[in-house]
Amino acid sequence: MPAVTMLEGIRQALFEEMDRDPAVVALGEDIGVFGGAFKVTEGLLARFGPERVIDTPISETAIVGAACGMSFLGLRPVCEMQFIDFIACCFNQVTNFAAKSHYRWGAPVPLVLRGPSGGGVHGGPFHSANPEMYFVHTPGLKVVYPSTAYDAKGLLKSAIRDNNPVLFFEHKFLYRRIKEEIPSDDFTVPIGKAAVRREGSDLTILSYAAMAHTSLEAAEQLSTEGIDAEVIDLRTLLPLDRDAILASVKKTNKLLIVHEDTRTAGIAGEIAAIVCEGAFEDLDGPILRVTALDTPVPYSPPLEHRFLPNTEKVVAAARELAKY
Amino acid sequence: MSSRLTHEQHLELYYYMQLNRQLEDRMVRLFRQNKIVGGLYSSLGQEGISVGSAYALEPRDWLAPMIRNIGGLLVKGFKPRDIFTQHMAKYTSPTLGKDATSHFGDLKVHHTVAPISMLGDLIPVMTGVAMAGRYLGQNIVTLTWIGDGGSSTGAFHEGLNFAATQRAPFVLIVENNQWAYSTPVSRQVPVKNLADRGRAYGIATKIVDGNDVMAVYTATKDAVDECRAGNGPVLIEAKTMRMQGHAQHDPADYVPKEMFEHWKARDPIARYEKYLTENEIWDGKKKAEIHARIERELDEDQKFAEESPLPPPELAEQGVYCDGCHQIEADWQRPKEEVMPPKASIEAAWTVKSFGGLEPEIPGSKEVAAFDNGAKTPARAVEERAAELVSKSDGSKAPAQAPRVPFGRGPKDKSFARSAQHKPRKR
Repeated sequence: MPAVTMLEGIRQALFEEMDRDPAVVALGEDIGVFGGAFKVTEGLLARFGPERVIDTPISETAIVGAACGMSFLGLRPVCEMQFIDFIACCFNQVTNFAAKSHYRWGAPVPLVLRGPSGGGVHGGPFHSANPEMYFVHTPGLKVVYPSTAYDAKGLLKSAIRDNNPVLFFEHKFLYRRIKEEIPSDDFTVPIGKAAVRREGSDLTILSYAAMAHTSLEAAEQLSTEGIDAEVIDLRTLLPLDRDAILASVKKTNKLLIVHEDTRTAGIAGEIAAIVCEGAFEDLDGPILRVTALDTPVPYSPPLEHRFLPNTEKVVAAARELAKY
Repeated sequence: MSSRLTHEQHLELYYYMQLNRQLEDRMVRLFRQNKIVGGLYSSLGQEGISVGSAYALEPRDWLAPMIRNIGGLLVKGFKPRDIFTQHMAKYTSPTLGKDATSHFGDLKVHHTVAPISMLGDLIPVMTGVAMAGRYLGQNIVTLTWIGDGGSSTGAFHEGLNFAATQRAPFVLIVENNQWAYSTPVSRQVPVKNLADRGRAYGIATKIVDGNDVMAVYTATKDAVDECRAGNGPVLIEAKTMRMQGHAQHDPADYVPKEMFEHWKARDPIARYEKYLTENEIWDGKKKAEIHARIERELDEDQKFAEESPLPPPELAEQGVYCDGCHQIEADWQRPKEEVMPPKASIEAAWTVKSFGGLEPEIPGSKEVAAFDNGAKTPARAVEERAAELVSKSDGSKAPAQAPRVPFGRGPKDKSFARSAQHKPRKR
């Protein structure tokens, strides 16, 4: 069983789902002959043909709109945003058409909208975004943001089989930087379940995507200082795994939330509210957060470094929290 | 009379137009009695477009209404009670009170997609329905409408361009009713005919008198036939007039009185009544029968709606997600093996028909749009230049053989095959 990258895990999920179910089709910009800007869909066209792997014009609204229409006939379209930043161009189709369809008139929209997201690769203001919270605020959508190759493969399979519109964020910093062995059988990872990445007793670090790895590094460093941190990877942002969040807080009594998204109205605020509602008496200190700055993602390396959370920032915040 | 319709069908068209109008007349009364919860939009004067175009579809075909397409919903098989209850926010409405007006649909029986208020969004959606229908081998055509105002949205452009590149079996009716809320069409679109926009997408277009139901029906039927033959999409501009304000609250005093008078003299129902009489399709007795039937049906459905309950409050929390409440299953009308490996597998490589300069680099290559109104498409201009070039160089009019290169598009898929074969389309 060779180790595979997260990108390869995603690619395998697409191949296996399209092999399993002829209702699964893929559409997006440059996904066919070229295999996608990041080569996630490489080989898909050759195997499944142009009826199932559709190179589209640069028209995000048309991509998602057409996918909604396809889903009404029982297809399960998987749309690629070349960079997830461009989801802004089809915001209306996602939030008004796809998300409200089942509630309004009982028409499920089983589509997946996937694409590379996140910073740390000097992509600048329009190729580095983490726009997940626009969509976490939209009832009717599901929002998934994995951090490992195994989860990416298993969660994408679950997303494709789900009867609802699922936004699937692929952190491009992780695409080829992480590798793991994954089973060859047809496994899935359930949407809406967090994972405990490291057991600990002194405080909880809640995170997801690239920041889950940063949080784990921070936890290792903290352990050398005698602080035993638990690290939880949310994996799904909508619906949130409230039970896992509350269980960990009740165990460690301290919560630090780390996300690469910007600070104001990031998911840390929502989680803080959930914890206040469900575990206020269990808290031994303030709920702290380490996040990106409230700015666009800047381009130049020293600026982006300043913008992003990192291990040092997480360790520093955890030290403060541990004092309570 | 050179119509393709039987007498029965002619009368059915009349029934739907008159049902559309009388249903809306009743809703105006209900609105004034405060029994309509939200807004009420009128299609007065535009009934011929909704009814005539929807009537050209077969039951297997799909449509998506806009707010002024009540007539299309009636033709597709929805009942007046569906319209009454939607407007009155009743639990018995198709959306159980969750949405209003014509914002409802049905996937299984009526093949109708519910619209949203953001204009233009249905164009890519119905393109997707058309593509999926073709993929599943269903041989369906899809249709939706857009107003003159909605034709300025980005979704209109993206959707129509995508439909055109896909040759989707999709008919778009542009209802040019002269006013987008309070703004005249001249301030929205700097061209005389909205159909001209279709030419920019390289698709077939047609302009019809929207207040002549037979003209609308005939043009749409031709368009549907062309789409089913693989020559879609088609854009039809139907010229008409919105005879009331944007909605009931709007007195439309920004519209010159003379304009209303001009169009009132061209009322689609009065004109069609004259047509039926002149062509001896009906008599006074037949007309009275239809009116009596409409009266009876509307009485019954209005009573049903008025007596229906409002939804229980807890319904507000239900149905955001499909948690297995719906079975999602595609209706395959072709062998699935065709879209699975190894049959579907191809060599993934592009071939190009043109090198993109001003000269025709590949003599004889051509792509002719069918069913257009004589517009010289860029492709045809190149073709003509190519023919000219050949005849000058070797004295013969015969076009040279176009080179065939693997194209990365499967031979099974007709929409792709045409690119590789350079076959002139049927005119």
